[in-house]
Amino acid sequence: MILSRLAARPLLLAAGLVAVLALPWMIYPPVALDIICWALFAAALDLLLGFTGLLSFGHAAFWGSSAYVAGLLALRAGLPFPLAVLGGALFAAVLAVPVGYLSVRLRGIYFAMVTLAFAQMIYFVVNQWRDLTGGENGLQGVPRELAGLDLSDSFVFYHAALPLVLLGLLAAWRIVRSPFGRVLMSVRDNPARAQALGYPVQRYKLLAFVLSALLSGLAGGVFALGHGFASLESVYWTTSGQVVMMVVLGGIGTLWGGALGAALVVLLNDYLVTSGFEGIGIVTGTIFVIIVLVFRRGIWGTARHLVQDRARRPGGPPSAAGEPDGAPAPTGVGSPV
Amino acid sequence: MLQQAFNGLVGGAFYAMLALGLAVIFGMLGVVNFAHGAFYMLGAFGSYVLLDSYGVNFWVSLAVVPLALGLVGVLLERLFVRRLTPLDPLYNFLFTFGLALILQDLVKRRYGVQSQPYPRPALLDGTVDLGLFTYPAYQVFVLAVSLVLCAAVWLVLTRTRAGMIVRAATERPELTRALGVDVGRWVTPVFGFGIALAGFAGVLAAPMRAVNPLMGADLIITVFAVVVIGGLGAIFGSVTAGFAIGLVSALGNLYVPALSQTMVFILMAAVLLWRPAGLFGREEALS
Repeated sequence: MILSRLAARPLLLAAGLVAVLALPWMIYPPVALDIICWALFAAALDLLLGFTGLLSFGHAAFWGSSAYVAGLLALRAGLPFPLAVLGGALFAAVLAVPVGYLSVRLRGIYFAMVTLAFAQMIYFVVNQWRDLTGGENGLQGVPRELAGLDLSDSFVFYHAALPLVLLGLLAAWRIVRSPFGRVLMSVRDNPARAQALGYPVQRYKLLAFVLSALLSGLAGGVFALGHGFASLESVYWTTSGQVVMMVVLGGIGTLWGGALGAALVVLLNDYLVTSGFEGIGIVTGTIFVIIVLVFRRGIWGTARHLVQDRARRPGGPPSAAGEPDGAPAPTGVGSPV
Repeated sequence: MLQQAFNGLVGGAFYAMLALGLAVIFGMLGVVNFAHGAFYMLGAFGSYVLLDSYGVNFWVSLAVVPLALGLVGVLLERLFVRRLTPLDPLYNFLFTFGLALILQDLVKRRYGVQSQPYPRPALLDGTVDLGLFTYPAYQVFVLAVSLVLCAAVWLVLTRTRAGMIVRAATERPELTRALGVDVGRWVTPVFGFGIALAGFAGVLAAPMRAVNPLMGADLIITVFAVVVIGGLGAIFGSVTAGFAIGLVSALGNLYVPALSQTMVFILMAAVLLWRPAGLFGREEALS
């Protein structure tokens, strides 16, 4: 049975909401928390990668620095967790201004390398500033409380954090759907044309970069407080690669696909760790190689492609190619070098 | 201070060799090879395994290991990279990223994360009197070899017919094709050569640096920064930037130790502000 597009959307949303609410009952609560945090992180990256055509390979800088700042705000300043998280997210956004300003002037692969290098700079700073960040031990013993309520139980924390994460996801969705989002897509598809139409392309790219960093920071802050620590790994380049993998696995330019990819990667990692398998990189690297070689649309992208393909046949509703989240062709990431 | 400067040049030699490999591969294929650091690591591990298990000495490794890795590179290009080159360059970046993860963790799984010892070759075990100070002979050897290598590559590129074709294909692929040169034929050997160069640097690194699975991972990101500073695709720029960055970060380390590791990235930010395409880069990098 083919649901009409009108009915499918609210149904999918409702199903998603129920699944998210029920998640910590179904799986180990800390893993559930990981899933929603990475899902938001992936959506934030897709805002940039899928909708603006910029592959940032340094988003760990924003997720991780927010984790540290949020952790410090809770630990040293005693801020309640939502404020600490917002503080972290704001810090990430502010950090994104100079990094983005320098990076968006380059395109495609150059952009990816430069963001990666900047993220590594942040990593070294965090690693060396031991008095503040704890160096290799990370920031430990971060309190989790809200108005005297103890949130250190992961199950409780999950529900306290869920509204923040959903708010972030909603924001990403709104951005993509807004006229601003349309401009971003026109920048992605043809920067020269967007420029000719009078849009200040660089400024739009920078704004998308900062918004993406803000949402990544929100996710990173929730992640750090949820676990009660910020680790050096959160600013390392493997974290940047991990989130890119989630987006590519889910489907570039699908927004929700990233969340799906995040869930799968987190579950897979959890399974591998608990089964004592050493060398997770072998598995995740292989997945990466396979999706890049033969499965470039990703899971969500492939599913939607199939549905749309069917719908496009005689009698079906008109093609959805103009939809804001219409899948870019598999070759359409970024501008060719 | 002179000694620090010398340390910097030796460190810069590794940046230069890796940046050179990255630059020729990028120029010819448009591929930014994320796995370059992993092949450097494999070079060091290759010579370690050959010595440890088969008693093969350093000098043989220096010839055999890069050759073997170069062949691996040829296979890799033929089987995978080739299929992705017509697509957006980002896909090859992601492909080589996945490959780097696999290679790194395969080695980690087999040998653990602790560093493996690799003795200096007996011939170069002493020190050399450089007039103002004495210096480990091995380090002098590394510097000399890398300088000769970079100069040789430069001569091949500028003085031979093959080098001319490679340079032409690097800068104007369409035009070169139009002149009747089969550019595709040159792609595979150049890719193999770039990988072999990374492996060669790895073998050279084994006796003076810790041989461990992660040795390439951090280095490659620094080399990316070096390449951005020099100008991606600019062969001469990459090599020069490699030595220069080594020198500057060693001297920076002397005066501002806290900044030692971030120095190169600060330089990168400064260069991007001043010349977004890199010091020797072409404007095509800009959007």
